Amino acid sequence: MSNTPDSESRATGARLTSATLSPAERPSLQKRWSLTTLKEQCIRLVLFCCALLSVATTAGIILVLFSETLLFFSQVSVLSFFGDTVWQPQSQDNPRFGIWPLACGTFLVAGIAGLIGMPLGLLSALYLSEYASERSRSYLKPTLEVLAGIPSIVYGYFALVFLTPYVLQPIFMNALGFEVGGFNVLSAGIVVGIMIVPTISSLSEDVLRSVPRGLREAGLALGSTKFDVSVRIVLPAALSGIMAAFLLALSRAVGETMAVTIAAGSQPDLSLNVLRSIETMTAYIVMVSLGEAAAGSIEYRSLYVVAMSLFLITLVMNIIARFILRRYRNVYQ
Amino acid sequence: MNETAFSTDPQLAARHRWGRMFEWACAIATWLCLLILATMLLGVFIKGWPHLNWGFLTHFDSQIEPETAGIKAGLWGSFWLIVLTALFAIPVGIGAAVYLEEYAKANWVTRLIQLNILNLAGVPSVVYGILGVTVFGHMFGLFGDWPREPVWHLPFGDKVLTGALTLSLLILPVVIISTQEALRSIPASLRHSSLALGATQWQTIRYQVLPASLPGILTGIILALSRAVGESAPLIMIGALTYVSSTPGNIGSVTDFFTKPQGIVEAPFDRFTAMPLVIYNWASQPDEIYQSLSAAGIVVLLLVLLLMNTTAVIIRQRFQNWIRW
Repeated sequence: MSNTPDSESRATGARLTSATLSPAERPSLQKRWSLTTLKEQCIRLVLFCCALLSVATTAGIILVLFSETLLFFSQVSVLSFFGDTVWQPQSQDNPRFGIWPLACGTFLVAGIAGLIGMPLGLLSALYLSEYASERSRSYLKPTLEVLAGIPSIVYGYFALVFLTPYVLQPIFMNALGFEVGGFNVLSAGIVVGIMIVPTISSLSEDVLRSVPRGLREAGLALGSTKFDVSVRIVLPAALSGIMAAFLLALSRAVGETMAVTIAAGSQPDLSLNVLRSIETMTAYIVMVSLGEAAAGSIEYRSLYVVAMSLFLITLVMNIIARFILRRYRNVYQ
Repeated sequence: MNETAFSTDPQLAARHRWGRMFEWACAIATWLCLLILATMLLGVFIKGWPHLNWGFLTHFDSQIEPETAGIKAGLWGSFWLIVLTALFAIPVGIGAAVYLEEYAKANWVTRLIQLNILNLAGVPSVVYGILGVTVFGHMFGLFGDWPREPVWHLPFGDKVLTGALTLSLLILPVVIISTQEALRSIPASLRHSSLALGATQWQTIRYQVLPASLPGILTGIILALSRAVGESAPLIMIGALTYVSSTPGNIGSVTDFFTKPQGIVEAPFDRFTAMPLVIYNWASQPDEIYQSLSAAGIVVLLLVLLLMNTTAVIIRQRFQNWIRW
């Protein structure tokens, strides 16, 4: 501002180049240091640190889990961790740390949740994006989202107090003659399945809606029915995005804690019987935390190992899902 | 469907029948989810009804007389947790989002941070619990043992502060992502006109972008905080108690804020329980009365969540009419 060129050079403003002005009068575009720019830089730095905190969190998680995992594996061999089929960390004379019973519990619950949640979520996504009127969509969608907002402890309570005694036990015990425990995998799987419906339906719906209108219209113009358009054209076009939604939802089911702890109990067992109690990885972590395992003991360290496995499983699922979603977006946008 | 009127071809009629059946299946799936939601809420409400009175909110948990047990300790514990969590998570979350949206250049550092936030949002809450207990609770054992009494020194142990810090880390990705979305919805022309008038970048953010995106940011924050209210696993991990008969800082009513001001300072360093923990404790007792108490606790928890979500909706609608681009 201070280097306003004189009137003569303003008249020939079009040719205002460094040749016509001496170096001192040249309007500088270079940043000058002042209190304001210093303040700006400080604010920028503080904000950058805020963003960096998220990286620090990840680093913290990995550091904490990794260091204790290493200590654990200095006492228990990796081979027995992946090879043994019995998980009894509390045992005084013969503690055994085979991850499979816990892994079996986790995948059993996630599997049932997937069987319940994936069809329900996909069908409701199809309904919302292809069939429902704009009006009914406007209230159905937020109501479905409520399911995601309910704390998982409520789902656990529902499974334990309503689902098992009033639905599962009459059907499986009284009608079919199976033994149904008060804690059972099936009830936990069902409620976790309901819990992941909103994740699947809202993600899949976004994906379905982003399928270009032209594809639908082309299908209809060729004489397809609405069913053909939805199932044979839109669904295959959106398939990769839907797979990503399934993966994200399943990783949520794997990490789900309280509902599973309450409903499925804490009986580490390598079995596929869904009517009995079982212990998942998350439930084991909660159970040890509730007890009085001394810090530094092998039982306490096993906590970190289980958490590490859980972290890695969900991380891999998440990364694959994000990767698929990004590729999908590149195709249609 | 009027198409069927034209179809004399039996094959086409069959296809339309299929189509209608499929549409019905989709509709039933959607409504089934809502039906389950309704059953769940109604069932819990009916089960908890006998205990839903004012005394439930003002009494402590009791093992001798479960008839008079209440959720007071959990209610106040959750209150302190949420206030402190908001205190930590809101500035950091907004700061990170502002950096990523307004300042960051598109380079590998930014991509790393962005990817990292997305992945953090998918980390199970128990893992955050482990991080919390190790970093805030024990502080890696650098400062001696786990304290049992209210502390003024490190490490924080199983106190409100540990819980709040852990929950802050847990909801931080959610806060950042929703704030970023709110900032993204502000048109670039607003920034350009502010910068063109000579405002610095921070002045533009502080006086134009943030006020304009405030409703979106607030909505996201409230939703993230309501996730924190219902979270129980990380709190169990950090060693929060499920049975306490005191409130943090001994503040048990609104008037206590004025009569016992020292309690406000003591509360973050006090032992605590939270509503989901009390509910969990009751739900894991076999007696019928505890099941019913648990249901009553869930109703209170859901009412708190409903209150928070309604606030979010009201804020969004108010401001939507206020700001027009």
